[in-house]
Amino acid sequence: MRATALRNGPSPVPARIDSIVEVRGISKTYGNVEALRGIDLDFPRGKLTSLLGPSGCGKTTLLKIIAGLIKADGGTVAINGKRVSAPGPERAFVFQDFALMPWATVLRNVAFGLELRGTSRAEREEIARRYIAEVGLAGFEDKYPHELSGGMRQRVGLARALSVDADVLLLDEPFSAVDEQNRRKFQEDLIRLRTNRNKTFIFVTHSIEEAVYISDRIVLLSPRPGRVSRIIEPEIDRSGDPERIHRDRHYLDTVDEIWQGLKQYVE
Amino acid sequence: MAPSIRTDGEAAGLAPASSRGTTGAWWEEPVVLRLVSIAAFAAIWEVAGRIPVSFAFPTFSDTMVAFFELLADGSLASAYLSTLQPLVLGVVLSAFLGVGLGTICGLWRTGEWLLIPVFIVLQAAPVAAFIPMVTFVYGIGMTAKTLAVIILALPVIVLNTYKAVRNVNQSLLVMCRSFLGTPWQTVAKIILPDASPVIFAGLRLGVAAGFVGVVLAELLITPTGIGDLITFHRSRADYAEMYATIASIIALSTLTLVFLQWVEARVFRPEKRGA
Repeated sequence: MRATALRNGPSPVPARIDSIVEVRGISKTYGNVEALRGIDLDFPRGKLTSLLGPSGCGKTTLLKIIAGLIKADGGTVAINGKRVSAPGPERAFVFQDFALMPWATVLRNVAFGLELRGTSRAEREEIARRYIAEVGLAGFEDKYPHELSGGMRQRVGLARALSVDADVLLLDEPFSAVDEQNRRKFQEDLIRLRTNRNKTFIFVTHSIEEAVYISDRIVLLSPRPGRVSRIIEPEIDRSGDPERIHRDRHYLDTVDEIWQGLKQYVE
Repeated sequence: MAPSIRTDGEAAGLAPASSRGTTGAWWEEPVVLRLVSIAAFAAIWEVAGRIPVSFAFPTFSDTMVAFFELLADGSLASAYLSTLQPLVLGVVLSAFLGVGLGTICGLWRTGEWLLIPVFIVLQAAPVAAFIPMVTFVYGIGMTAKTLAVIILALPVIVLNTYKAVRNVNQSLLVMCRSFLGTPWQTVAKIILPDASPVIFAGLRLGVAAGFVGVVLAELLITPTGIGDLITFHRSRADYAEMYATIASIIALSTLTLVFLQWVEARVFRPEKRGA
């Protein structure tokens, strides 16, 4: 408890934080299932915020509403103070199923966002090569997705999102289709990547450990209807060896605490 | 563990193909296997011709001799000149029209309701029955032959394209939208490449149907081209020449389909080139 700042209730965080994404009163209903009700959230600039909750809490729906891929029934999303309702250049999405074009090489897949924006071939490929190297795929530029493992495919997805130079990266359970060893490696890389550049990450996951491991803030959502039940800021030092975090006492305490809170929703 | 798996694979005939760059016996080369298949077919034909199965069934060797004679005296060339014009015209028109209409129907509900039932009926109908009707309206010229090709080739191209476009990978569409793809970019860069395997399957069927159309038209409507050559040699009981003509059009049709497959792998789905 000491090391973990906890806020109860669905009230938004005070405005003193520089928020890049502001979500106000978002609600969404599918048929007669209320997926989200009155979501108010602020996402601080340059931080990694996780949306965590059991299945059915609407975390992916909320992420896709922020991305502009799903229309909300009510409420607003603002990025840098501007209301948005469609995808925009200031956001980039990393998909759970990777969404790579099987007929295109790694290079073209990574450069695809820039290709759609009309960037010249030479320029976009140069940028793409840089990000391919950054996610650890140098040498795989001319491979096709089916020649890569799940973890490598998701690195391609991440490089594609990075290469359009968006302020906000939206990651929808990016590791759920990646095997455990690759996931650990990928999480470590993500921590490193995040400290290197001043990007805002919004990360959807159903794994408590994953959320605590990588997040500056964790937004706990409760299901049916999806509401913000708690916001947690694990104060874990991530500057050193990422391996150490798994043994950090604050890490273990926070994981346990979140589990105690979520238990009631698991049948 | 690994060696034993490999042995199992070899025992079951699952050894990697030699085209993968690993060592393999020369008789396992795909080219060799194909040639063996063709040679076996020719041998069976030769034997069947020598028995003979029917007095109207020439041997393979006689047919080949007749083929080169037809080639030498120019009758094959002039027949193809007359057959290929409506065939190429009809197939090219069907390909563009078919892929275009199929894409529109796949993307646009109203178009789907307007057009798809027509093509389903056309595909189900015994289209050859229309050919006398085409003659009745368009006479016996090039128009009628081209139309016969289109009537046979178009429905399958439209329907395949339509199905492929309708079943396009949704997650790629969402990806394209999230990276700000315009509707045109979505069609050109996601929908058509994703649909191309099924579209090309339709094109191959359509081209094969186009060959059927042009030969039918020449047998039923206008005594010209390949159809005429077949009819002419049949009427003179020159069975070797007749078979040579038939075999030549089958060979041409096959080569065209193989070429289409090559274009597809080359241009649209490069990731399948090695597979």
